[in-house]
Amino acid sequence: MAVAITTAASAEARARPGRRRLRALLRRPTFVVSALIVLWWVGAAATWRLFGLNPYVNTGHINLAPGWHQLLGTDSLGRSVFARTLAGADTALLVGAFGCLLATVLGSALGVIAGYFRGWVDTAFMRLFDVLVVLPPLIFLIVVVEAFGASVPALIVIIGVVFAPGIARIIRAAVLAEMGKKYVTTAKVQGESAARIMARELVPNVLPTIVIQATLSLAAAILMTATLSFLGLGAQPPSPDWGLVINENRVYLESAWWSVVFPAVAVGSLVVATQLVADNLKEVWS
Amino acid sequence: MTGYLLRRVGQAVVVVIGLMALTFLLIHLEPGSVARSVLGLKATADRIAIFNATYGLNQPLYKQFWAYVDQVAHGNLGVSYYLQQPVSSLFAQRLPRDLLLLGSSTVLALLISLPMGMYQAVKRGGFADITLSTVSFTLYCMPAFWLAVMLVAVFAVETHVFLPEAPAGSSIGSALAQPRALVLPVLTLTLIQVAGFSRYMRASAIDTLAQEFLRVVRAKGLPERLVLSRHVLRNSLLPVVTVVGLSLPGLVTGAIVVEEVFNYQGMGLLFYDAATHHDFPTLLGSTLIVGVATVVGNLLADIAYGILDPRVRYAGR
Repeated sequence: MAVAITTAASAEARARPGRRRLRALLRRPTFVVSALIVLWWVGAAATWRLFGLNPYVNTGHINLAPGWHQLLGTDSLGRSVFARTLAGADTALLVGAFGCLLATVLGSALGVIAGYFRGWVDTAFMRLFDVLVVLPPLIFLIVVVEAFGASVPALIVIIGVVFAPGIARIIRAAVLAEMGKKYVTTAKVQGESAARIMARELVPNVLPTIVIQATLSLAAAILMTATLSFLGLGAQPPSPDWGLVINENRVYLESAWWSVVFPAVAVGSLVVATQLVADNLKEVWS
Repeated sequence: MTGYLLRRVGQAVVVVIGLMALTFLLIHLEPGSVARSVLGLKATADRIAIFNATYGLNQPLYKQFWAYVDQVAHGNLGVSYYLQQPVSSLFAQRLPRDLLLLGSSTVLALLISLPMGMYQAVKRGGFADITLSTVSFTLYCMPAFWLAVMLVAVFAVETHVFLPEAPAGSSIGSALAQPRALVLPVLTLTLIQVAGFSRYMRASAIDTLAQEFLRVVRAKGLPERLVLSRHVLRNSLLPVVTVVGLSLPGLVTGAIVVEEVFNYQGMGLLFYDAATHHDFPTLLGSTLIVGVATVVGNLLADIAYGILDPRVRYAGR
């Protein structure tokens, strides 16, 4: 009986910091608003097809101003800006989110391994990362995209590889700080395998750092994909990708500002909101 | 300090060589044939063979890399396939234009962001601080192309105050001859940098303002204006110095986008064109220049920090 009570109490104590942080997050208006904006774009990306929107078809009216028939107007090829703006969330989030997921998994694995083994493994990884982080991500991306093409899977892999070293460095530092703690020594003395210690002890303890880094690199990955498409190296016409659309239509700024401004608002709101979510997570966790 | 410096310089050299190997490998992993993309789809097999022999592309990869390293060590960056000019003379033409664009925007950004960050720190939590923080946060998040296109929309298309195109031509003289056309490219890069610098300056000044020694400084009766300029500003500049050194990669990214948007013939546009035309020598040369500049930037930031804060020299050992 007494045993049952203590375990129940300690389980509650363990659950509490997580729930307290969640409540602290939900009390922050910037977090709530930015999280809702991110959710809105995720929803748009997932469901625009269900509403019968067609971002490719010519409505028969070129450069129509926003109004009753076309909520956000039409572009120079008569396509609905409303449909294209919602559909554009698709590529932005697909490449950004999966690229960032790959970068997080790869970066965390490398970071935990380097931090756990130290010695030559660590030195080899860190020197390789030194080289990888010298080039600005965009330069690196352009070189790789030119070499391997810009299909969606290729972009995801490239974003994953380019963003992994930065994450690995920070996870490694977090792991190094954990290595001196008693629970790691205890696990080692108990004869647990290295893989088990890394997966069961270290990863859960550096998880907040991993989540924060993942959100931060999501914002960066979305920005990079948009920039690549803007430069004509990412999504190709007639894709409704925001970066591409802004570049295609900027010559029509004078005659059809809506075909540039609405996609610009879309990409701006998504990038700012993602960054705000990341910043709020960071502040609440530290 | 000397030992520390030597070790840092040694590391920097190794990183640059590693970078050369990496970009070389990446570029040569490309599936398609270089000769085909340069000469066009109608090129005959003979012409392709001649092209490959001229540029040593029929050699094994390690031999090509060795030849490249040897060439670079002798100061020769090769000849551009696309523009048919020595890469080094292309750089000699474009680099001054970038120094103008990047240099003037960085100086402007510092002139704006340092006082702005200080002011925000002093008025922390007030209306002005919150407004400025929101603006700089938004600028900080926004893609460079977004900012550039919006500035064109407002200042060139709507109001015709400035020009939507950068100065034409590829020499430094032509850039200086049309100052009005330079405004928007410089403004874009300035705003991007103001966003980053002012955030750091604000945070750094807030840290300094919380320190004990200011109580002594105020107790001896120094006017608040001098407390801020002599003590707070100087001590807050330290972390910002490092940030300026480390901001180079971001600035390069901004430069590529801004040069593309405004059609400014600089290194960024040269790199972009080289990438889209499979112009390997120019591509390798530009990544090398950017890599070296970044490594040197980091090194200079470290050294400047060591000079400004003697404690670092001893801690660095």
